[in-house]
Amino acid sequence: MATLLQQLASGLVLGALIALIALGYTMVYGIIQLINFAHGEVFMVSIFAAAATYKWFIPESWENTWQIALPCMLVGAVLVAVVLAVLMERFAYRPLRNAPRLAPLITALGVSQMLKEIVRLNYPDAKSAINVPRAFIDEPIIITVPGGTVVLQATSVLLIAVSIVGAVILQLYVSRSRMGRAMRATAQDPDTAKLMGVNPNRTIVFTFALGGLLAAVAGVLYGIHLNTVDTEVGFLYGIFAFTAAVLGGVGSIKGAVIGGFIIGVVKTLGGQLLPGGTGYDVVWVFILLILVLVFRPQGLFGEPERVRA
Amino acid sequence: MTALLEVQNLTVAYGAIEAVRDVSFTVDEGQIVSLIGSNGAGKTTTLRTISGLLRPKSGKILFAGESIDSLEAHVILQRGIAHCPEGRRLFGRMTVEENLQLGAYVRRDTGVEADMNRVYELFPVLGERRHNKAGLFSGGEQQMLAIGRAMMSRPRLLMLDEPSMGLSPIMTQRIFDTIRELQSQGTTILLVEQNALAALALSDHGYVIDLGRTSLDGPGHELLADERVRAAYLGEN
Ligand SMILES: Nc1ncnc2c1ncn2[C@@H]1O[C@H](COP(=O)(O)OP(=O)(O)OP(=O)(O)O)[C@@H](O)[C@H]1O
Ligand SMILES: [Mg+2]
Repeated sequence: MATLLQQLASGLVLGALIALIALGYTMVYGIIQLINFAHGEVFMVSIFAAAATYKWFIPESWENTWQIALPCMLVGAVLVAVVLAVLMERFAYRPLRNAPRLAPLITALGVSQMLKEIVRLNYPDAKSAINVPRAFIDEPIIITVPGGTVVLQATSVLLIAVSIVGAVILQLYVSRSRMGRAMRATAQDPDTAKLMGVNPNRTIVFTFALGGLLAAVAGVLYGIHLNTVDTEVGFLYGIFAFTAAVLGGVGSIKGAVIGGFIIGVVKTLGGQLLPGGTGYDVVWVFILLILVLVFRPQGLFGEPERVRA
Repeated sequence: MTALLEVQNLTVAYGAIEAVRDVSFTVDEGQIVSLIGSNGAGKTTTLRTISGLLRPKSGKILFAGESIDSLEAHVILQRGIAHCPEGRRLFGRMTVEENLQLGAYVRRDTGVEADMNRVYELFPVLGERRHNKAGLFSGGEQQMLAIGRAMMSRPRLLMLDEPSMGLSPIMTQRIFDTIRELQSQGTTILLVEQNALAALALSDHGYVIDLGRTSLDGPGHELLADERVRAAYLGEN
């Protein structure tokens, strides 16, 4: 029982991370039908940005006070990620807005490779993994359950909480605010949105920025939770997050979050409980994805078809 | 009277095909002007070009004396031209209320709520079901919402592309009464209609577009009496 709960907890932590990244994929896809493969790299870059902020931009006297260090890292990571996401939209994707679908997709792969190499070659010692400081409460939370105890890192709890609260705020924002309405209108029918006075470029760039912001939140939490990062992490988590978005129904905020948690839990529990061990954990994730897509091609919460009334 | 909208020698092409050729017409402030013509004549293309969704190949579009043919669609709306497109084009997954809010997207004044209530008064069915998704409404109800939404920006010029499409005679009458009322409140109207009889009866001026060109024009009642118009568009010999 205790072991199972312990594993479930690590599954949820992984899921929370994937969910935060998946939101960026799903929002961008929703508005311009582009799978922005470079989004995983925005996540990766933000972790490096958080580490760099800690190392070079905050005075030593703050380093051991996480209440100051963590917000500073967050600000650094968010700034870098948002600027990166906005530049990417402006210079890589906007010129291809009316090109055939394949062109921006290939560009996304190119941007992804480019970002990875830029960090690997230019960030000091980034050719192998670098350290990220803990910068949060050290003491774990120990919960007694029937048959033993479950040990939760404080960062685990933080990750799950931030992911859920963040997704709820985002959902409210998109469904209630004026900008959220503009985003949904542009996603449903770009021409008619323009006829309402919605500036498409501003709406799209805002969507990229929002995705970058969430990726940076995920990045900082990843950094302080695992305390290490290398340049491959963007690709790895990018694939999981993309899969989560597809599983949940690409374009759907709720779908991305639930898809993220499902993947985190299935990968972790599958690796522990199913034959083959952790070597097969990714296999279970993709078997699940295939099964869902066979029976529900639009994903769990996706719209069956673009309704254009 | 001063011209609010002037279209001069407008040519619009889809690739190599010219859908609108050398079309010119004028809409004076406060008037109802209709464009009539058979299917494929280029009426929708003309409206989409005025509202900035398409770029002209040549020609000029002046609104309140200023050239607008190189402006983006969202800027043209802000200048005061609203376009209720052919086929309604509602945001089907959004509620009635959200569609109306989007109609008022560029407005920052406090009158939005009152205007929304005015739309609900005009079309009570929309008010009763304001929280329902627009995609679930009947064709006629959707048409009411499309018109209501276009009114929400309080345009100086309202362009309506076939507002009576798919409506019962009673509803069509209601829409046409609404158009006249909007005019009496100072909105200038550019109307595209298949229902030439009703449109011309309502219009201060009409233009007949044929194969992408303006072939005839005159005050609504004169066009209604014109033999060529009656033969071609009103099904008389
Ligand atoms: N997106 C497009 N691509 C290519 N040709 C088009 C396109 N839209 C319209 N056309 C062509 O342009 C011409 C004018 O079309 P338009 O829709 O403006 O006509 P219309 O007068 O509005 O007709 P209707 O009364 O049937 O609505 C037609 O020959 C049509 O086939
Ligand atoms: Mg038409």
